[in-house]
Amino acid sequence: MSPSEFFHMGGYAVYVWSSYGLALVLLGWVLISPVFTKKSIIKELKMKYRQQERQRQEDSR
Amino acid sequence: MTARQKRMMFVAMLVAGIGVFISLIMMALNENINHFFSPTEILEGKAPVDHSFRIGGLVVTGSVKRDPNSLRIDFDLTDGAKNYPVIYEGILPDLFREGQGIVATGIIKNNVFIAEEVLAKHDENYMPPEVADALKKSGKWSEENIEAMKHPENVPVGEGNPYPGSPASEARPAGAL
Amino acid sequence: MKLPAIVHKFSSPKNFYTMSGKMIPWFMWSFLITLFAGLYYGLFVAPPDYQQGESYRIMYIHVPAAWMSMFIYMVMAISASVGLIWRIKTADLMASVSAPIGAAFTFLALVTGSLWGKPMWGTYWVWDARLTSELILLFLYLGFIALQAAIEDPRNAARAGAVLLIVGVVNIPIIHYSVEWWSTLHQGATVGKFDKPSMHISMLIPLLVMATSFKLYYAASVLMRARGEILRREQNTRWVKEVVENESK
Repeated sequence: MSPSEFFHMGGYAVYVWSSYGLALVLLGWVLISPVFTKKSIIKELKMKYRQQERQRQEDSR
Repeated sequence: MTARQKRMMFVAMLVAGIGVFISLIMMALNENINHFFSPTEILEGKAPVDHSFRIGGLVVTGSVKRDPNSLRIDFDLTDGAKNYPVIYEGILPDLFREGQGIVATGIIKNNVFIAEEVLAKHDENYMPPEVADALKKSGKWSEENIEAMKHPENVPVGEGNPYPGSPASEARPAGAL
Repeated sequence: MKLPAIVHKFSSPKNFYTMSGKMIPWFMWSFLITLFAGLYYGLFVAPPDYQQGESYRIMYIHVPAAWMSMFIYMVMAISASVGLIWRIKTADLMASVSAPIGAAFTFLALVTGSLWGKPMWGTYWVWDARLTSELILLFLYLGFIALQAAIEDPRNAARAGAVLLIVGVVNIPIIHYSVEWWSTLHQGATVGKFDKPSMHISMLIPLLVMATSFKLYYAASVLMRARGEILRREQNTRWVKEVVENESK
């Protein structure tokens, strides 16, 4: 089987490759996106804790 | 009414609401989606005459006649008992071939089914072409064809299955269609 | 009925966070290995189908995605019920972070089915029982996600979500048996019939490998989502504070 035959998929290239392409993009995004979400949560929480710390120091003064 | 009772009411309403919703959909499915008519039923006069409906069956081997000048195609559909002629003009799905199960939408004019859409069904068997050829050569294929003839599109819906949409296992072999 | 104490200990957010962190790499690597094996066997090794030619290869995405769409829903319904009855926070959490993954698989199953239906059946869509019930499943997922987003308090959100999930379970047997109960354009089940599957072994193996791969994907993906969400929900505890402060800048 030559590469061009393989990509041709017996004339069904559009349907087969768009199915695999969509799967790659969609499942890839669903897998990767929580990494960014977690990073932003950590950033948010760091700021929140720092603020709480500052508040506590001001209160104790 | 306490807060908890309110929550319980909410839950009950939700359960009841979705229950009604699902049963309505089930009823709609029974009325419309499920039903295609077999050639036998049409010949018995069960199919609607004034509006479009679906016909289901196997394309009779040797009955397909293509018009060389247009996309028009004539063929017969069978349910194993009776045949019914169909005319269609348009692009056919790749799986359309003699012996294939199809479902067509259209109306009856002068005792011919004029299809406006033809959809092909495929069976749940998957095998390489060589294996299919070997099965055909060894004669085992015919057994499978007999199995295919038992599929619901060939079972007159009236027979042994008064409610076309109901799970009548004796009329519809499990997994068929 | 009481759960053994070990379950509660094991499922505490802190333990869950630590354990899942150790498990994710394992799931991730085994997912990638099975994925490449499945794609290789499915696209290169498996022969074309006697009727459908090469187009049937869409099956290696479509069928596992459809299985996952139902599997994840059941996981969500069961863990939401456990959360509701035994008040286990991580069970509620698993239900809510699974939803986007389940919705993605349902969407994928619908679209790939459509892309398969066009050349084979002759149409992208028919309102047959199998396709319609799978579409309802997508709406159940989206409804659950919307409900979770609309209710701010996680405990109330979990309770409302659990009710929706439990009621929606009725759709799962409808999807599965639709091809037997009604005459549908969609063909019957190939794998999972009680007799041997009517698929040649050379085509069946890649399908099962892909199905395993998708399960492992879900495991890795859901744990990653759960870890982020735990930090958010438990942000007022000391251990989360420590985790966040030890995180590199």
